[in-house]
Amino acid sequence: MSDTDNLEKKSTGLFASVLNLPNDSTKKTIIIAVVLCFVCSILVSAAAVILKPMQLSNKKADIKKNILAVADLKSNGNDIDELFKQFEIKIVDLETGEYVDDVDSATYDQRKASSDPAQSINLTGEQDIAGIGHRAKYAKIYLLKDGDQIKQIVLPVHGYGLWSTLYGFLSLENDGNTVKGIKFYQHAETPGLGGEVDNPNWQAKWVGKTIFDDQGDLRFEIVRGQVAAGNAAENHQVDGLSGATLTSKGVSNMVNYWLGEGGFGPYLTKLRTKG
Amino acid sequence: MTSEAKSNVLDPLIDNNPITLQVLGVCSALAVTSNMMTALIMSIALTSVVACSNACISLIRNHIPSSIRIIVQMTIIASLVIVVDQILKAFAFEASKQLSVFVGLIITNCIVLGRAEAYAMKNPPFLSFLDGIGNGLGYSLLLMVVGFFRELLGAGKLFGYTILTTVSEGGWYLPNGLMLLPPSAFFVIGLIIWAVRSWKTEQVESPDYQIHQVHRTEVL
Repeated sequence: MSDTDNLEKKSTGLFASVLNLPNDSTKKTIIIAVVLCFVCSILVSAAAVILKPMQLSNKKADIKKNILAVADLKSNGNDIDELFKQFEIKIVDLETGEYVDDVDSATYDQRKASSDPAQSINLTGEQDIAGIGHRAKYAKIYLLKDGDQIKQIVLPVHGYGLWSTLYGFLSLENDGNTVKGIKFYQHAETPGLGGEVDNPNWQAKWVGKTIFDDQGDLRFEIVRGQVAAGNAAENHQVDGLSGATLTSKGVSNMVNYWLGEGGFGPYLTKLRTKG
Repeated sequence: MTSEAKSNVLDPLIDNNPITLQVLGVCSALAVTSNMMTALIMSIALTSVVACSNACISLIRNHIPSSIRIIVQMTIIASLVIVVDQILKAFAFEASKQLSVFVGLIITNCIVLGRAEAYAMKNPPFLSFLDGIGNGLGYSLLLMVVGFFRELLGAGKLFGYTILTTVSEGGWYLPNGLMLLPPSAFFVIGLIIWAVRSWKTEQVESPDYQIHQVHRTEVL
């Protein structure tokens, strides 16, 4: 008791008169609630504002790290920027599948563009199998090149799982069909269940799978349980995550959306025919 | 340190452990203990939240109107949790990604509100702070023990370093996948509670009810 009692004796005027009110009076209840909210909101917003630059640079480094990892480039943690220079960043018009040159690829932010009505399109329920609502007109992709030859294509993908939208990268070999890697850099799925999308063992199962069949039809699928060995579609299927049927379904839909006609389909078709 | 301060810190470790005796905060103990690193970060986050929220609530305890007391406590706790979450995102980005929603869920961890209501509302700030530290450490201790068994048996690792080389990496140890799933934490915590109560029999709870023999002089 003593510490707060002393406080009261020293303080005078308005402050003291509020503190001296009976605790359960309506006036004091309202004043305490307002003051508390005010103090707490200052605390929260101060933390958010002060730490924001660090969080942003963490996020940027994390995205670069994921792009390197999905392309299977080994990094020792310090050479991220150096390794990242091997990538050529391109902006693709998803509708036509052509490269766009009048947009600055370094500063273009696809996620921001997705929520800007001028730079995105709304998806109808039928189109929107990935559960993302709207999609940016232009996508930012990363090409890993050896001289003039494209070696890998890293595509940004996102789609709704069980609790959250998963954001990640899918890397394809230069045939625009064979999966080289998948990584997620942001999601809020249940750790241990849906969160296992981050499990390297599961991600390793994707490597070498093909998205399209010989006719060019989209066949990729995440099955429930394990892929039946020897079935005709084995090359297009990945094991589901146990205990995470909805997350698996979400990831499957995400790949089907982004590599389909609504996503990178036109671009990949062009890439394949050009050879 | 006075004896009360000392017992505030030491008692919750084993004698009055928030998980094994009070059985609070079990949800997060199931979720974040599949490896020791996330368990450690979670422990530090929770300990700092309980300690600070106890201190803050205790500081203003004489002026909290009882009609909005739980809301006041929750507001303080929620603000502190957001601050902790922001700090983790800035300084421990990898870990904060692994903990994902569970840092936010500290708000609903029964230990935090439980200590605020049971201790901080009636005791001065410094003792409340120590009480928070003690309960946080009790929670941490149990998380680390559970994490130790789950990571070692489930993945053959401790803090990410290989201890038992698993079969998939060419070793001899066949990991028990169940240990990585949340239910295993139930078993481990249950076994720990059993062990602790066999050792310290005073923790055994008396049965909720016994068949009562009605005596002639008793008025029903």
